[in-house]
Amino acid sequence: MTEENAGGVAKKFLYVNRRAPYGTIYALESLEVVLIGAAFEQDVSLAFLGDGVYQLTKGHDTKGLEVKNFSPTFRALEDYDVTKLYVEKEALEARGLREADLVVPVEVVSAERMAEIMEAQDVILSF
Amino acid sequence: MKFGILVNEGPYTHEASDTAYQFVKAALAKGHEIYRVFFYHDGVNNGTRLTVPPQDDRNIVKRWSELAAQHKLDLVLCIAAAQRRGVMDAAEAKRNGKDADNLAPGFRISGLGQLIEAGIQADRLVVFGD
Repeated sequence: MTEENAGGVAKKFLYVNRRAPYGTIYALESLEVVLIGAAFEQDVSLAFLGDGVYQLTKGHDTKGLEVKNFSPTFRALEDYDVTKLYVEKEALEARGLREADLVVPVEVVSAERMAEIMEAQDVILSF
Repeated sequence: MKFGILVNEGPYTHEASDTAYQFVKAALAKGHEIYRVFFYHDGVNNGTRLTVPPQDDRNIVKRWSELAAQHKLDLVLCIAAAQRRGVMDAAEAKRNGKDADNLAPGFRISGLGQLIEAGIQADRLVVFGD
């Protein structure tokens, strides 16, 4: 543990979202951790890799699935001071998506840059 | 070193709980501290005392309970994840009007804040999952 952390200074938390929003519960329950974690006033970032980029796409309609559409929650993250959202460029491109297809402002970064971002974290929670 | 552990998968279907158990055991044997083991997603199913595996198989739940008793481990199930999946202690059962409870010995049920706290307090948070 560094002296900074021992002194109660915020740790850098990164939530890594790797899965599509529906089909499994990981994305929804990950978001629940982010919202609860926001109360702890840590330095929070979110990363979206692979199919995880679909969590941020516009136009989700879950009526037929009979599951909760939690897409609007991403727009509320700003109110929780969670504003650092990193999206893997290669993941977007592989799926034919652009930044304009996403519901919130994000920083699109290369896989290489994403690795650097991960390297700089204290705690990485991967869902 | 002080470790926090996150287990994201249930017993038997995935190896995550087995691997986490072996990691915790090895870390303790080397003199490290386990600050907390937090169970999330289907991982909460590691805390039901009603599992009855075949006799020639390992008993994953019992193994966690025994390790907790030996080393005073803090095994915590996320309350929201546990409620979704029907894992509850006597107090939760009563509060939710259920006629039974199934929390295994050595486990407790609490909020997600316990996971964040483990991330803050531990030197390393190690995630076991899919």
